[in-house]
Amino acid sequence: MTALHADTLAGLAARLASGECSSVELTRHFLARIAVHDAGLNCFVSVLEARALAQAEAADRRRARGEAGPLTGLPIAHKDIFCARDTRTTCGSRMLERFVSPYDAAVVERLDAAGVVTLGKTNMDEFAMGSSNETSYFGPVRNPWDPTRVPGGSSGGSAAAVAAGLAPAATGTDTGGSIRQPAALTGLTGLKPTYGRVSRWGMVAFASSLDQAGTLTRSAEDAALLLAAIAGADRRDSTSVEAEVPDYHAALDAGRGRLRIGVPRAFFDDGLEEAVAVAVREALAEYERQGAELVEVELPNLHLSVPTYYVVAPAEASSNLSRFDGVRFGHRCEAPQDLLDLYERSRGEGFGAEVKRRIMTGTYVLSAGYYDAYYLKAQQVRQLITADFARAFERVDLLMGPTTPTPAFALGAKTADPVQMYLNDIYTIGVNLAGLPGISIPCGEVAGLPVGLQIIAPHFGEAALLGAAHRYQQATDWHRRLPAAYA
Amino acid sequence: MSLTNDQVRGIARLARLSLDEAEVAEVADKLASILGMVDQLQATDTAGVVPMAHPLDAAQQLRADEVIETDHREEYQRNAPLTEQGLYLVPRVVE
Amino acid sequence: MRWETVIGLEIHAQLSTRSKIFSGSATTYGAAPNTQASLVDLGYPGVLPVLNAEVVRMAIRFGLATGCSIAPRSVFARKNYFYPDLPKGYQISQYELPIVHGGSLDIDLPEGSRKRIGITRAHLEEDAGKSLHEDFHGMTGIDLNRAGTPLLEIVSEPDLRSPEEAVAYMRRIHQLVRWLGICDGNMQEGSFRCDANVSIRPHGETRLGTRTELKNLNSFRFIDRAIRHEVERQIELVEDGGQVVQETRLYDPERDVTRPMRSKEEANDYRYFPDPDLLPVIIEPATIEAIRAGLPELPTARRERFVHAYGLSDYDAGVLTASRELADYYEAAVAAVPAAAKLLANWTMGELTAALKRDAVEIADSRVDARALAGLVARIHDETISGKIAKEVFEAMWAGEGDADSVIEARGLKQITDTGALEAIVAEVVAAHPGQAAEYRAGKHKLMGFFVGQVMKRTQGKANPAQVNALIKAVLE
Repeated sequence: MTALHADTLAGLAARLASGECSSVELTRHFLARIAVHDAGLNCFVSVLEARALAQAEAADRRRARGEAGPLTGLPIAHKDIFCARDTRTTCGSRMLERFVSPYDAAVVERLDAAGVVTLGKTNMDEFAMGSSNETSYFGPVRNPWDPTRVPGGSSGGSAAAVAAGLAPAATGTDTGGSIRQPAALTGLTGLKPTYGRVSRWGMVAFASSLDQAGTLTRSAEDAALLLAAIAGADRRDSTSVEAEVPDYHAALDAGRGRLRIGVPRAFFDDGLEEAVAVAVREALAEYERQGAELVEVELPNLHLSVPTYYVVAPAEASSNLSRFDGVRFGHRCEAPQDLLDLYERSRGEGFGAEVKRRIMTGTYVLSAGYYDAYYLKAQQVRQLITADFARAFERVDLLMGPTTPTPAFALGAKTADPVQMYLNDIYTIGVNLAGLPGISIPCGEVAGLPVGLQIIAPHFGEAALLGAAHRYQQATDWHRRLPAAYA
Repeated sequence: MSLTNDQVRGIARLARLSLDEAEVAEVADKLASILGMVDQLQATDTAGVVPMAHPLDAAQQLRADEVIETDHREEYQRNAPLTEQGLYLVPRVVE
Repeated sequence: MRWETVIGLEIHAQLSTRSKIFSGSATTYGAAPNTQASLVDLGYPGVLPVLNAEVVRMAIRFGLATGCSIAPRSVFARKNYFYPDLPKGYQISQYELPIVHGGSLDIDLPEGSRKRIGITRAHLEEDAGKSLHEDFHGMTGIDLNRAGTPLLEIVSEPDLRSPEEAVAYMRRIHQLVRWLGICDGNMQEGSFRCDANVSIRPHGETRLGTRTELKNLNSFRFIDRAIRHEVERQIELVEDGGQVVQETRLYDPERDVTRPMRSKEEANDYRYFPDPDLLPVIIEPATIEAIRAGLPELPTARRERFVHAYGLSDYDAGVLTASRELADYYEAAVAAVPAAAKLLANWTMGELTAALKRDAVEIADSRVDARALAGLVARIHDETISGKIAKEVFEAMWAGEGDADSVIEARGLKQITDTGALEAIVAEVVAAHPGQAAEYRAGKHKLMGFFVGQVMKRTQGKANPAQVNALIKAVLE
């Protein structure tokens, strides 16, 4: 019998439904795991024990009344970028160290309504700016597969928590790879839905035209279960889309037709570590064995996605983060001499080095005299990159390639050179620029570290994406592996 | 691509960020390397390409003109560093 | 050197919606501080704006009324700057693609001619909060109730050449936005205010001089004063060999001077870019046509119609169409006494307007409604009462004594038209003043007034002056 903390959401849901365990028991189990293991990993910024147990009790009562839904009573963790009423929401920043949200994010609201239990809020790169979880004010998160290595970022706390069995699933956000990259580095299934599929209401903004909420789970099936609960239009988010939400769970086994899989040549460039390439090619071979046809495709402007992103994202971020001024909420410096001093010191003290760098970059590219050369140019290249994807999807159903160029790297290995850090997201960023859905699923190991296969679908193609991921997971067991120390 | 310390101070002022002298030099250095990487864009021909501000081609939804909010001042001001008589306080503003 | 003044106005009209432009907060004026500031208005982390449909409709109404083009696609942008009354650190506004652009409005010049003033654009944006400078231990208090109130910023071409023209234009816009029901025009409450861009240049020069921006002019008088002072300042400066510096200046009404704004000293770099939280506003032609069909008859058209339909002077028609309410009142009244349109106009502009002003009553709440005023004017017209008696009747009506007929009846004010009775009174008056009668007969005909006055006195004003005149003539000539 699978240990509770090694089981999937779907598995735990079945156990709750059969009465094998209660939500309170399940919740206590994970809270106990957090108590034991989190000190070494630093996954959680806040553990919400009392709230979780109250929610679990309510879920058990709901089940007793016969009103349980598919997710009722299942515990998860939320990335600390989602506002949750009356709980601290820090975004990994000193700026919001004592910020208590007076409202719920749409994602939290919907999962609460489904009867999901919130175990706690997970650590993250400050304001989601980072690829290693080393920019958090609350300290770095360690990778459960090797504590000397990073779990990826920015949803590193969520990824490490699920990988270490401290939560069966977690929410995340993905602006340039912040769900898929940590999923790849910790051996999880990380889903970034289509831009607009999930409401951004209550999700602290990093780069508004790129940010999208998603999930970190043990399986594609679990991702389908959670996505079904969080997807859908929200009148409070003008950029959320009024497209019908399909039955993602039912779609997992549907559409078994012959898949045409595009393999972008740009994904197998010089930066890709050979062992990772081997693992990914093996995964593609598995799809071929299942009857898929592999087609090489060109994404001629994909190599420009990192520079494009590092104009667009900092520009939007510099503006989004202007609201943190020490007046209505957030850090305020001691004894400001005047208004300018209040602003400069509150922000100077409240933000960490990487956030400041991005605000500076964004301010610069939007400033008079540089707007056209940087911002406008990047918006045009973004159009070209998006058009590349659209052209590819005329020929294929899905695109596949590696999620990251390497497995998890060592803590501190890339902190000195921001550009090296940014290049870690080279395969994931294009998806955000084009607003496409993408998923990373584990597809092998290199020296005991997980490797991720990235699958990309056309806009609102989550069902196909999840179906393909599920099909692979039916045939392989990479997604069932746990780091030995947390088995 | 290089930035002078004065340019960096100018951007920091625009962004209302205090930077000490060590940070100025550090930021100048890192910003230069980021902008150097970004400069790859300049080689791309984008003549006639429509700038893309949104990933989805959609129109703004409009809401009905209805008042749905009520007073939550006390609750919302719990996060505020300094308030008095319902006002947020800041160092004296001279117009 | 002769100098020419060049002025362009940026008028900020608060749109009279129930809720804010991007949130469901109330826009009511005068609420306790920060009680109408929602999470969206406060710029809380994670919140998002959603556009109010009514705001778009109102902007289109304005655009159509000023002959502007309505953009099929307009875009909201962020204007980035730090100020405590600006919660997000950026104002959501429209920059490159405003909703309305390229129209005009005619103003009346004092000498009776008209001048067409170009409207460059009108764009939607959110208002900021308010800084309260009363002393809070040397600190400033911030009230964000106003933050997020919808504004239509109406930008004119630099077509205005004097403070008088600027005020005339501002009044025309003020009239129009109230006429269209898109702004209450309340300047005390800041619902309607303007910034003026002012520059000077030598007569004959076609290039524009360096301009200064005068901020937050919230009365017609202040606009006039501030521009006047600024023009004088600039001329003096330039004639003394100096140069005008492009800057923002604030008019200080107490000291009646303009001075540079300290808070805007720093050269601003607003870093405008399209707001990624809002999508382009797409306006279909059918929407525009539906709004056009619902527009009221506009002030200029109505003024012209008043001239033609009611035989009024252009001036009177202008006064009666100063506001839609006044014009509606007049038209409702004139429908009841079409034959006395001119007389009714005089009464509307005279007694009625004076009484409204005296008691600070809006025309909608007038104590003498259109039908009642028409009833009074009808009695003057049919000579039941004289104009003089009518004033007494009006005051009685205003005091709530009923309609004209019942006041006339109750007070016995009906004109004496019985010729026999009047003849007797005339005879008495002539007999009582033999000296004057003799002088009249000797040719001093201006004594007619004296005799009429005497008859009026004896009849308490109820005699018909024309009839009395004729009778006196008959006796004395």
